[in-house]
Amino acid sequence: MKKVLLGNEAIIKGALASGVSFVSGYPGCPSAEIGDEFGRIAKKYGVYAEWSTNEKTGLEASIGASFSGLRSLVNMKSFGINVASDSLLPLAYTGVKAGMVIVVADDPSCWSSAQSEQNSRAYAYLSHIPMLEPSDPQECYDFTKLAYEISEKYNLPIILHTTTRVNHQKMPVVFEEVNPTAEFKKGNFIKNPHQFSTMPPRTMEMKKELLEKIDKIKSASWTDLNKISGNKKEKIGIITSGVSYLHAKEVLDALKLNLPILKLGFFYPLPEKQIKNFIKGLKKVLVIEELEGFLEKEITALAKNANPKLEIFGKNVLPISGELNSDKINKAVAKVTDKKFVDFKLKQINLPRRTARLCEGCPYWQVFPVLKRIVPEGTIFGGDIGCNMIGALPPHSMYDYLFDMGASLGISHGISKATGGQKIIPIMGDATFFHSGIPALVNAVYNKSSPLFIILDNRITAMTGHQTNPGVGKTLMNNESPELRVEEIARACGVKNIRVLDQINVREFEDALKEFLTKDEISLIVCKRVCALLARRQAKK
Amino acid sequence: MEKTFNIILTGVGGQGIITMLSLIDEAAVVEGYDVKSSELHGLSQRGGSVEAHVRFGKKVYSPMVANGQADLIFAMEITEGLRESVKAGKNTVILVNDYFLAFNEKVLKEEALKNLKTLKNQLYLVPASQVCKDKLQNEIVCTTYLLGYASNKGLLPLKKASLLQAIKNIVPEKYQELNINALNLGYVD
Repeated sequence: MKKVLLGNEAIIKGALASGVSFVSGYPGCPSAEIGDEFGRIAKKYGVYAEWSTNEKTGLEASIGASFSGLRSLVNMKSFGINVASDSLLPLAYTGVKAGMVIVVADDPSCWSSAQSEQNSRAYAYLSHIPMLEPSDPQECYDFTKLAYEISEKYNLPIILHTTTRVNHQKMPVVFEEVNPTAEFKKGNFIKNPHQFSTMPPRTMEMKKELLEKIDKIKSASWTDLNKISGNKKEKIGIITSGVSYLHAKEVLDALKLNLPILKLGFFYPLPEKQIKNFIKGLKKVLVIEELEGFLEKEITALAKNANPKLEIFGKNVLPISGELNSDKINKAVAKVTDKKFVDFKLKQINLPRRTARLCEGCPYWQVFPVLKRIVPEGTIFGGDIGCNMIGALPPHSMYDYLFDMGASLGISHGISKATGGQKIIPIMGDATFFHSGIPALVNAVYNKSSPLFIILDNRITAMTGHQTNPGVGKTLMNNESPELRVEEIARACGVKNIRVLDQINVREFEDALKEFLTKDEISLIVCKRVCALLARRQAKK
Repeated sequence: MEKTFNIILTGVGGQGIITMLSLIDEAAVVEGYDVKSSELHGLSQRGGSVEAHVRFGKKVYSPMVANGQADLIFAMEITEGLRESVKAGKNTVILVNDYFLAFNEKVLKEEALKNLKTLKNQLYLVPASQVCKDKLQNEIVCTTYLLGYASNKGLLPLKKASLLQAIKNIVPEKYQELNINALNLGYVD
């Protein structure tokens, strides 16, 4: 079968062809379509798929499935791996039983990411979990299949590291069409605490076993993953990975250069022997990688023995921040090959940016102006992740700080305590509350601070494309589920002052704000009104 | 076609640019070309500027068009056309939907249009939104209309039959007729 596929769709095809039967994760851009699509096809293919409450519970769900003998796929965006990391590190020690692939999608240039331009490759070093980096949708398919093979051969989870330009790249992909089967595969957990329990002194043995596995992978030959092309007699070579490889090929073709390229599919562990052989005869090597120069550091270390005179270029000719493209790589290649480079001069144009904005009819339009009008001057506003973060941009310009999922409340607690009760209003969406707001709420109640917490409950996980969450009453596979109410959880956590309202009733909202602003303990207003896009879509049905 | 054909699509999130991109991808495959494209989802899609790239030819590596290398810029909105024009090379054709979506009091339609017209590039200003609104009572398919328009004028090296086939391959059945009508309308001089 050959069809134009998005990188994310190709990952799904690869997982299906590998017999995946358990899918978990948390929606984020640029990985969300993986879970979304599994939600649509899960029943048809006999796969269990869920949106978990966060990336940690998502990873843990798949660990349980793997220990029970089911092949699993975990999907998340870059920051998700920070949340999941607490379970990720011990997972490397225990290893898996059935194959497991963890998709981690970075977003260089922060196209759809607020908090940082994260380079998640560092987690491979931290966890010792093998990491593969596909360049295009065909490789998304091929590498996913290979990842399951490697995972089962070495009993290790494999991280498939992608970026926006890979997840959201399209091309014709050759793949094997899997016959649907509506039969769900049932796992069987066979007790084996020797493998599944990390507890010293076993922990130290496990680390030794893990490092031995990594050594074995390192010394094996991975010709499908790490490839050399170009004229090996040339004295200048290129080492690259991910989407940068595609830009580099484009640039070399345009410059009519046939330099040797080592394209690395394995980011961790690196094929050290192959790299040493590649750089042995070279005078110069250019390492083309996005963000921090991890490969460059490794290659510099390897060159010390293999070729001490080698001139290594990398972050001295390429930026450490912002995604790479043909223009940036062209400039770097020209520098290394001493060719003349004529920079394309972007014309200067005086146009204000058209930034993201709340949709027409968005219920949040009703919230921000009222807040600004009612609160005393000097009130601090904390923003969170999701559609509410658009409140950071003009015309709202609401927030005094904005971090990661759940942090609006967590940080407000600290400010409230540190300042002896300076008025502070953290604002969070419903999905984020379930993701990581609850522990922050318990902390604020238990340690007695007094923020006025506002939850904008638009009845869906909107920003990433309308995914279900525990407040919706439906699961990813469209099964009924108890609808968890934000206010009931807050009450159970010990919040006494709670108001649930529809913000369209401005007076009611104003009165609640005025009343709660006088409280010297934590209070909560839940602004409950459905996302406008979702309302329009539901009306059409 | 000897050289890879490079297209940049631009507009405002929600204007249907991803579907337009998919139609080009599919039509290029129908004609036997290699194709790569790049799009953006999520925050960047929420009513802000969006930019997508598509390249087709004998063999395509990068999914993105280098600065100055676009053969064609499709702009679904005037300001965004002007914004994208900084990446135009001297041979880039710029095709702009005559549609203005205000977002800042400092940006006026007349001025944006004037600036567009001072560009040295070959410029087509097409009332695609208006035509589709008048004739099809639907503005969103102006993307499909513009594909027909560009193909008809020889600005987009894809045949009508391929674009039709692309619609049949990827557009949900209930919107196929509408898209076919929009495409046909693009071929009416």
